[in-house]
Amino acid sequence: MKRKGNDIERPRKVLQGVRDFVRFIASEMKPKGKIWTPFNVISGTIIAVGIVLIAIRFYMGLGAVTNLSQDYPWGIWIGFDVITGVAFAGGAYVLTFVVHIMKFEKYEPIVRVTVLNGFLAYVFYAGALLLDLGRPWNVVNPIIGNSFGLSSVLFLVAWHFLLYMICEFIEFSPAIAEWLNWEKTRRIVEKMTIGAVIFGITLSTLHQSGLGALFLLAPAKIHPLWYSYYIPVLFFVSSIFAGLSMVIIESTFTHRIFHHRIGNRLRASHDDILLGLAKGCIGALFAYLFLKVIELVHGGHWGLLATPMGYWYLVEIVGFVVLPIFLFGAAIKRRNVRLVQFTSFFTAIGVVLNRLNVSIIAFKWYAPVRYYPSWIEIWVTLAVISMELWVFRWVINRMPVFKEHPAAKEAMDDITPVGEVVRWKASAS
Amino acid sequence: MSVNRRDFLKIAGMAGSSLLAGAPGRSEAAVAGVEFYGLLIDTTKCIGCRSCEEACNEQNGLPEPEVPFDRESVFETKRDTSPGAYTVLNRFPNEKDPDNPVFVRRQCLHCCQPACASACLTKAMEKTKEGPVIYNKDRCMGCRYCMIACPQDIPKFEYGSAFPYIRKCIFCYDRLKAGERPACVDACPEDATIFGTRRELLEIARTRIYENPDKYVHHIYGEHEVGGSGTMYLSAVPFEQLGFRTDLGTTPYPEHTSGFLYGVPLVFVLWPSILIGLNYLAEDRNKEKNHEEEG
Ligand code: SF4
Ligand code: SF4
Repeated sequence: MKRKGNDIERPRKVLQGVRDFVRFIASEMKPKGKIWTPFNVISGTIIAVGIVLIAIRFYMGLGAVTNLSQDYPWGIWIGFDVITGVAFAGGAYVLTFVVHIMKFEKYEPIVRVTVLNGFLAYVFYAGALLLDLGRPWNVVNPIIGNSFGLSSVLFLVAWHFLLYMICEFIEFSPAIAEWLNWEKTRRIVEKMTIGAVIFGITLSTLHQSGLGALFLLAPAKIHPLWYSYYIPVLFFVSSIFAGLSMVIIESTFTHRIFHHRIGNRLRASHDDILLGLAKGCIGALFAYLFLKVIELVHGGHWGLLATPMGYWYLVEIVGFVVLPIFLFGAAIKRRNVRLVQFTSFFTAIGVVLNRLNVSIIAFKWYAPVRYYPSWIEIWVTLAVISMELWVFRWVINRMPVFKEHPAAKEAMDDITPVGEVVRWKASAS
Repeated sequence: MSVNRRDFLKIAGMAGSSLLAGAPGRSEAAVAGVEFYGLLIDTTKCIGCRSCEEACNEQNGLPEPEVPFDRESVFETKRDTSPGAYTVLNRFPNEKDPDNPVFVRRQCLHCCQPACASACLTKAMEKTKEGPVIYNKDRCMGCRYCMIACPQDIPKFEYGSAFPYIRKCIFCYDRLKAGERPACVDACPEDATIFGTRRELLEIARTRIYENPDKYVHHIYGEHEVGGSGTMYLSAVPFEQLGFRTDLGTTPYPEHTSGFLYGVPLVFVLWPSILIGLNYLAEDRNKEKNHEEEG
């Protein structure tokens, strides 16, 4: 038997393997493409200054850099970064539902990039929560501690963020395994995908609505037009079209840049995919509008519509829910992809508006001193977004994200722009 | 919202919680029959001497007040509690008797079912079985959800610190455990703030109203507001004129989210089974389609 020889060989082999691995990672760490592009210079500056600002925040406390007050404990770091960011990350659970559960293969080519986007959104935007916590090192308390606040919606949301990030990581990990050429691992994680998808959709349902349910505890502080027992359902339903419109926006960018690089099959189906997603948006928008009307009737707050806050409410509903329904409808009828893309932007703005309304604008609408974000809060938010884009680009440039199916390995060369550059997120990473 | 829906969720939730750890528990404060301690603050007796503020300051080792405790000028502006002052006294005009303005103490009410504790994900805010709502500072992660939730806007955050805590009245919990009364009660020269079990205090309050029907408004603030609180108030003028929120309703705050929380185990049981079912159907459909295409 060769057993003895193996014993000596093994450590050496392992060592060699580790060395190769480190070398590979090191080479992948290096930027690809041009470094001094406008995008890099601008986003680089934002990130660099942002890091300094974050350091100041941790050194001097939240009061030194934010406009938060005793009246407004939550500003845009929560209202925009976390609450809106997570809504936009909803595309991942919707698409995994469509592709892995409902088996609509048409959308398969965009699943990976969407899951990647979702995962990074959670890492960065839910991660931005740490900036906002007064004692972020205690964030582990509700996870490991002896102190489970079981009656807290935030407890649920925190746990679900964590678990969902793991799910999305599993869903994306086949791409990582392919990148590392770990065939065995890939086969294992591939098998875990469906479980992660099912668990992930369940978690998403709960924490997307949970983010809304957070505000159920503030009935006397949120304007009656925005406060209702429906908030959780409304947040859930709107996360569907928020996520889908973000997928459309994102693919508008990446696809335009990749257009001449992408295989025929994907190119042919791209318009189809977007039109299909637009149909999904319409459905969710309709359901949302319906719920909003029921809520208004149920709450009996008609009278409030004729107040300044009421007009603002109508702007949100008519301008950013009703209008997108018509625009999407027209776009689908004429198969006008550009209009679909435009409307997605529009819808996304509406979602931002809604989340900011609930968490900030309609929150203590009666307060004599209102909250406006400080320039530092905005800057740090931009820095977080820039960092996410950098990581996104880094991954896209290295891992087979645009691959359609593991089985279609040969076709891959045709489709995947491995090592190629996305121009806007492009140049170096 | 319809009661039926909520009841349904509750029943379903209970079924679910026996299956799943981590299901929502009823706020421990809701346990009936517990004798909570509380305070009764009779604003008609308060002379505005700020002894309670001073005693609180000393007891909790708080920083020097902005305006010294013997200065009347402090009443020129309306003050709110802050990380450096857990109780503050404000002066309000008295429409019944303009020469005798009303002084009102503002601090944590130690709600029977506190919103802050049901919001807290680390149990840093905690309703004790004696009644006080206390703050376990080592657990707090500074998320400030308690501030969002508290209907009285009582928890205050140390924005100026890199190691911030939430600050609020904790009913001198250490003194209570040692058998003493809160410092402010001991300091009050007029017995405007008295200490007792909630039941006793309610009896005293009602008696005072019955015996002096013209003097008091017939309302005990804190008896029913958001499910009742440990600290309660009597007044000669309507409470809304004294800076109290009278639009909070009587529903205990934890109940606003319990419907949602009871639905959680339900989703956890139903969703995966539905998803797996749909997945089977979809696979079947695809197989059939492929079959047709081939055939
Ligand atoms: S008044 Fe506010 S801080 Fe005090 S117990 Fe009630 S909810 Fe908590
Ligand atoms: S700030 Fe602290 S006490 Fe308040 S809810 Fe968060 S963890 Fe609990």
